[in-house]
Amino acid sequence: MTEATGGIEMEEDSAGKVKKFLYVNRKAPYGTIYALESLEVVLIAAAFDQEVSLAFLDDGVYQIVKGQHTKPIDVKNFSPTYRALEGYDIEKLYVEKESMEARGLKQEDFLVPVKVIGAQEMSALMDSQDVILSF
Amino acid sequence: MKLGILINEGPYTHQASDTAYLFTKAAIEKGHKIHRVFFYNDGVYNSSRLTEPPQDDRHVVNRWQKLAKDHRIDLVVCVAAALRRGIKDENLQEGFRISGLGQLIETGIQSDRLVTFGD
Repeated sequence: MTEATGGIEMEEDSAGKVKKFLYVNRKAPYGTIYALESLEVVLIAAAFDQEVSLAFLDDGVYQIVKGQHTKPIDVKNFSPTYRALEGYDIEKLYVEKESMEARGLKQEDFLVPVKVIGAQEMSALMDSQDVILSF
Repeated sequence: MKLGILINEGPYTHQASDTAYLFTKAAIEKGHKIHRVFFYNDGVYNSSRLTEPPQDDRHVVNRWQKLAKDHRIDLVVCVAAALRRGIKDENLQEGFRISGLGQLIETGIQSDRLVTFGD
C-alpha cells in the first residue's frame, strides 16, 4: 500500500490509461464535509496522471472565495489548499457564471485563477468528461 | 458493461444506499459486471458491524454483505473517511475492506461508468 496513491500500486493495469475526471463542487465549504472530502479525493487523484478539472456551481462557488475566516466556528480553513493544486498540475478550474452572479461574486473574489463559463458551456464541459464526481 | 458504484451517504437517514443496492442488484441481474462499490463521506457507515435496525426493517449493512458474497463484489470503505467517523477493522462488517481513495480513482479509470449515489 502506498500513501500517495491511496492504496493502489501504479503498476496495476490502470497505468497508462488517461481519462477525463471532473470534480463538481456544489456545496458551501463549511456546514457539511462535502467540500473538504471532495478536495481530499482531488489531491489523491493528482497522483494518477489523469486529466483533472474542477467545477464550482451553486454554493460551491464559496469554496474558493478569498478571505475565509473559520476560527470562530472552530473548523479548519482548508481554502489555502486550492492554491496548492497548481503544484499538482491541476489548473483547469471552472466557475459557473450564473452561480457566481446570483451570489454577488466577481472573478476577482476567488483565491485561484478560474475560468468563468455559462451554464450551457458547463453542460458541454460535463458532456465531454469520462468520469464525473459530484460532491 | 463494467460499472463502478460510489455511495456517499449513510444508511437509513438517506435513501442513497438503498437505491445503490437496488441498482447494483438489478445491474447484476441484467448481466453487468460490478468493478467495485466504494463507500465515501457518511457512506462509510454502511459497513458498521454494530448496526442493529428494528427486526421488521431491512438490514442495509447485511444486505450489502450478502450481495457481495453471492456475487463476489469488492466492497471498499475509504480509510480517511472511516477513521474520521470511528469505523475501523474491529467494527467493520465481514465482506467489506478498508482501503485508500486511490481505489475510487482506479474504479473511475477501470469502469465503463462510475455511478454516484449521494445527496
